[in-house]
Amino acid sequence: MKRRNPTDVGRTPGVGPSREAVGRALRRGLPLFLVVALAGIAGAQGADATTKITVAVDTIWVLVTGALVFFMQAGFALVEAGFQSAKNVVNILMKNASDFMIASIAFWAFGFAFMFGNGIGLLGLHGWFLQGPDTSPLTGSAYHGIFASLSWTGVPLFAKFFFQLVFAGTAATIVSGAIGGRVKFPAYLIFSVVMTTFVYAIIGHWAWGGGWLSQLGFIDFAGSTVVHGVGGFAALAAAIVLGPRIGRFRDGKVTAMPGHNMTFAALGVFILWLGWFGFNPGSTMGIVGDPGLVARIFLTTNIAAAAAGVASMVVSWMRFGKPDFSMTMNGLLAGLVAITAPCAFVSPIGAVIIGLVAGVLVVLAIPMFDALGVDDPVGAVSVHGVCGIWGTMSVGLFGLPALGAAGLFAGGGIHSLLIQTMGTFAMCGAAFGSVYVLWLALKATMGIRVGAHEEIGGLDVAEHGAEAYVPADALREPVLVGAGD
Amino acid sequence: MKLITAIVRPEQVVAVKEALFKAGVQGLTLMRVSGHGGQAAVHEQYRGSSYLVEFHDKVQLTIAVSDPFVGPTIDAIVRAARTGEVGDGKIFVQPLDQVVRIRTGERDVDALTPVGVPEGLPV
Repeated sequence: MKRRNPTDVGRTPGVGPSREAVGRALRRGLPLFLVVALAGIAGAQGADATTKITVAVDTIWVLVTGALVFFMQAGFALVEAGFQSAKNVVNILMKNASDFMIASIAFWAFGFAFMFGNGIGLLGLHGWFLQGPDTSPLTGSAYHGIFASLSWTGVPLFAKFFFQLVFAGTAATIVSGAIGGRVKFPAYLIFSVVMTTFVYAIIGHWAWGGGWLSQLGFIDFAGSTVVHGVGGFAALAAAIVLGPRIGRFRDGKVTAMPGHNMTFAALGVFILWLGWFGFNPGSTMGIVGDPGLVARIFLTTNIAAAAAGVASMVVSWMRFGKPDFSMTMNGLLAGLVAITAPCAFVSPIGAVIIGLVAGVLVVLAIPMFDALGVDDPVGAVSVHGVCGIWGTMSVGLFGLPALGAAGLFAGGGIHSLLIQTMGTFAMCGAAFGSVYVLWLALKATMGIRVGAHEEIGGLDVAEHGAEAYVPADALREPVLVGAGD
Repeated sequence: MKLITAIVRPEQVVAVKEALFKAGVQGLTLMRVSGHGGQAAVHEQYRGSSYLVEFHDKVQLTIAVSDPFVGPTIDAIVRAARTGEVGDGKIFVQPLDQVVRIRTGERDVDALTPVGVPEGLPV
């Protein structure tokens, strides 16, 4: 099972909710046309129709929240562009666009099969190009097919795929910011292919595809580790192999290289925050079975982000003298990353504590990576890597038995914490190791870093022959077609 | 008194600034400019069309100094701004008739003498 939730968001196999339950759900604000249409079907065909309604409503939920998660690509693009120099903006936007283009194809062709296809504990082995038997949206014992790890949710296969694809895209795009300002574009493209085909997919199989970690009871509801920890530690490996930007560390001192547009950065953070209301609540992959759980996840997600933002603002204020804007933005994201694994299993007070800790962690982690000589222009390693680990471990601390997790502080003992800790370190370590080797291989073959001239002049002109901010009065000489070079 | 105008690469400005401060020159004004000299034009493209950008981004420093500081100022700029490749820039030195410090009304060399070392200057 994927984001296993023992309270079972998915329904009893083949049986829809009662008609009363559907009526309650409808009264809670489904659009009128839908109520009329669904009531018509229900009246005509009875129990079979309520199943159809369940599938329809759940499918709407999965696709709409999937679209919200897709919009996080825009959030990442803006955050990363804002936190980079103006001379590298075209490049970072190009990377953000291309990693999702690549993910869309690679995850469809191979990644989804490696991650969710039936297979062995280490990886999935069926379902290339989404081909093979699959009786979705049937669930439980009524399900027959090759994607058994997702048979707990009663939506069509393609809806399951789309929702998982946007997660894969997120994991890949986390890396683009951390290696900004000096990476060769072709090397990033190759990395994106390998990341979405193999690294993210195979490591994700361990937790969500029925792999060895899920068999041990490891839980990661929406991907603090599966998406963010893996992306963050892939980013760390890439940033280490690539080395820092010229001038970042001089004579043993850390030189700040401020981003060029804080408005973009803030807008990006708000878009990501919005996208997270798809990322976490959508990971129920259904809403009819337990609307209360979805509502809980909205609350825990939001309040953890808010608490983390407060914590990072206050701690940065105390430590650096003034409330630090970019640190607070990173803190908000750190809270969202941390609550991603435990969002379905904790109380609001648990979410507040998880967020507060994440907000403090990020203020400690960013200067620590600076001191270690790791150049991460956007703070991706601290936000996604460090707080991904924290969030996953927090399930073992704050998880409530009534919600399906056995947290230490809820009297569930230490077992869950140990499994969570082992699982997140195993996955993050595997991501770090495999991506480290990949970048070393790219370095030895095609080269991964632009020359010093190109870096100083900016990747926009060097790699793309374009500028993000074109002066209106710039003097340009057209080159006749065919006359160039 | 001389008015020194130096045009340098944007990426050398930090080094030039440090060299000037070390030479005791603290008063300077800088402008972002674009200029054309011997440096090759940059080939850019936009949705399939190519064009040449012949004017390069540069930074222009304007510095007024008393005569004893002319040599050290020029030396500092040349040392810090030189990369050895075409496009390092130029220095122009012109005579300066008058200088007035607006706050006090002081004139000429008095007006060019620094008030003190501002806080945070790495000298």
